[in-house]
Amino acid sequence: MRREERFLGLKVTPLTRRRLANFRGNRRGFWSLWIFLLLFVVSLFAEFIANDKPLFVDYKGRWYFPVLVTYPETTFGGDFPTEADYRDPFVQKEIEANGWMVWPLIPFSYSTINYHLPVPAPAPPSAVDWLGTDDQGRDVLARLIYGFRISVLFGLALTVFSSIIGVAAGAVQGYFGGLTDLLFQRFIELWSNLPTLYLLIILSSIVQPNFWWLLGLMLMFSWMSLVDLVRAEFLRARNFDYVRAAKALGVSDPVIIVRHVLPNAMVSTLTFLPFILNGSITTLTSLDFLGFGLPAGSPSLGELLAEGKANLQAPWLGITAFLTLAVMLSLLIFIGEAVRDAFDPRKNVG
Amino acid sequence: MSAASRGNGGGAPLLEVEELKKHYPIRKGLLSTVVGHVLAVDGISFTIGEGETLGLVGESGCGKSTAGKAILKLIEPTAGSVKVRGKRIDKLSRAEMRPYRRQLQVVFQDPYSSLNPRMTVGDIVAEPLRNYGVENGRALEDRVAALLLKVGLRQEAMRRYPHEFSGGQRQRIGIARALALQPDLIVCDEPVSALDVSVQAQVINLLMDLQKEFGLSYLFVAHDLAVVEHISHRIAVMYLGKIVELTDKRSLFATPLHPYTEALLSAVPLPDPEAKRERIILKGDVPSPINPPAGCRFHTRCPYAVARCSKEEPAMREVRPGHFVACHLREIDGAAFATAALTTEAHRTK
Repeated sequence: MRREERFLGLKVTPLTRRRLANFRGNRRGFWSLWIFLLLFVVSLFAEFIANDKPLFVDYKGRWYFPVLVTYPETTFGGDFPTEADYRDPFVQKEIEANGWMVWPLIPFSYSTINYHLPVPAPAPPSAVDWLGTDDQGRDVLARLIYGFRISVLFGLALTVFSSIIGVAAGAVQGYFGGLTDLLFQRFIELWSNLPTLYLLIILSSIVQPNFWWLLGLMLMFSWMSLVDLVRAEFLRARNFDYVRAAKALGVSDPVIIVRHVLPNAMVSTLTFLPFILNGSITTLTSLDFLGFGLPAGSPSLGELLAEGKANLQAPWLGITAFLTLAVMLSLLIFIGEAVRDAFDPRKNVG
Repeated sequence: MSAASRGNGGGAPLLEVEELKKHYPIRKGLLSTVVGHVLAVDGISFTIGEGETLGLVGESGCGKSTAGKAILKLIEPTAGSVKVRGKRIDKLSRAEMRPYRRQLQVVFQDPYSSLNPRMTVGDIVAEPLRNYGVENGRALEDRVAALLLKVGLRQEAMRRYPHEFSGGQRQRIGIARALALQPDLIVCDEPVSALDVSVQAQVINLLMDLQKEFGLSYLFVAHDLAVVEHISHRIAVMYLGKIVELTDKRSLFATPLHPYTEALLSAVPLPDPEAKRERIILKGDVPSPINPPAGCRFHTRCPYAVARCSKEEPAMREVRPGHFVACHLREIDGAAFATAALTTEAHRTK
């Protein structure tokens, strides 16, 4: 009996091992993955890195965690029963007098307006605002961290959902073929010719799109990207003898699709995912840039770009947004190339 | 299936095929109007009894594999009837077909494409058992091991993948899968033509041993007469979608009555280099199954063709007990046949 290798609870076949080795063999893609994962994980904890609330407060011998729990101002000797504003000099003085507090690395949240700017907003980079502020006096770095997170999360969600729908649609078309395929294809041709941008503009005049609305709207059009690919794979695979054999065994269609055909179609699908993720992020950014994306005030790279364009005298806005986007998209492309290498059957470990 | 239930067919043969047809429409033009049909199988009839092997031979493209697949309803037959123990199955829906799938199994030609490369051999052989919920857990594993043993593979094979096996071994895996549900009939679609000659013999002998042990019936589709002669009890010769001669093995090889069979037999290599034999070289190519010749389909290439052959299609006739042939020249009775054979002999030596 051969020993089964396991990695993260999954069986590692020799094929998987070769693919992992191929992925690692692409040094650029391999490092890109780690850098991207690091940035993403860091941005997931954005509340602990850039926030206008202290991480920890020791006030009169008791411990408070303002990032996690909302405390009224009265807790710290204030007058109002509303949430304490820890940037208020009165609250700060009160806490300093009776204990101490630890601030996050960047003492601003994405919506915090710095009222104590020495110059009119947008303020250039300084010791307080490391990347300067935007035209409303909000810290650019804080907005960047939150914006990066929302971009990646949006991109990931859109990629996952549109892949699920796209693969399912492609599978049904390719596997059943015939009239199903014909009608579905014509529907896709019609549907993909709808002008997405106009539709979004019209729809956003009816509803104020939030994250989920936007995701749903984009999903209505983005699921088609994988359909053709998966359909082609299924059209090919449905005539394989082992699919015929399964049919002769009386295995049901859904089981044949999932067990026999899908695993073989997944390889080509996986190589596309990083590029779809890239496209999703770019789409969200451009919508935000045009003002039809996330609601005003949300941290987003597109909005930062728009502000940079509106304030050419403040180059740190545009340059920051540009560099962030360029780095993020390049990392994803490099990862995508490495994934493609990993699944390339003709490539041997070099 | 117990021995008792095998016998209760009330005299009906295990498989009865009548006037089975499979026509593929040819569509052309803007509106995909049907401009013709490929007459892949054009009305074939035969029966297979319990524990019997019927060999189906013919050159490539004559429709023998299509016939096998149409019987299993892997492709929908255009017309005709298929009866299993007297019950028609050709019009059944997929769900209604399910119980019959247990009785009819298939072994494919290409041992490389008939096994899913992503499943272990154990999973491949267990699939039919799981599908019908025959066994579970430990018992399932034992059953699979026993099946593998039965086809001459070791139990360790279960954990391996198909690509780790040779062609002959893979064909054995395919046979184990077909055997799993203890079927009554296995359609062997050229099961050995992709194998080395030495391995062919092993697989053929395995099939014959299994037949003896389980009382299986085979529909053995092949183009190699030597192989068919070894395994079959009766042999049907196909030409352009029709059966031209059907008889027991002995009389087919001793006294072939159809000119096409005669030509086929003369092409079988003899192991004796000194042996002299008249080789019948047929003129021309197989006509297209889209526009088969009028009258007897073989008349364009038949060395004995007369005027009538190109006008009237010969019917299948029982010329001698158990010996069916579709040829105008054999219309005369058995006694007259001898003289007819003599005259053709004289005609040939001339």
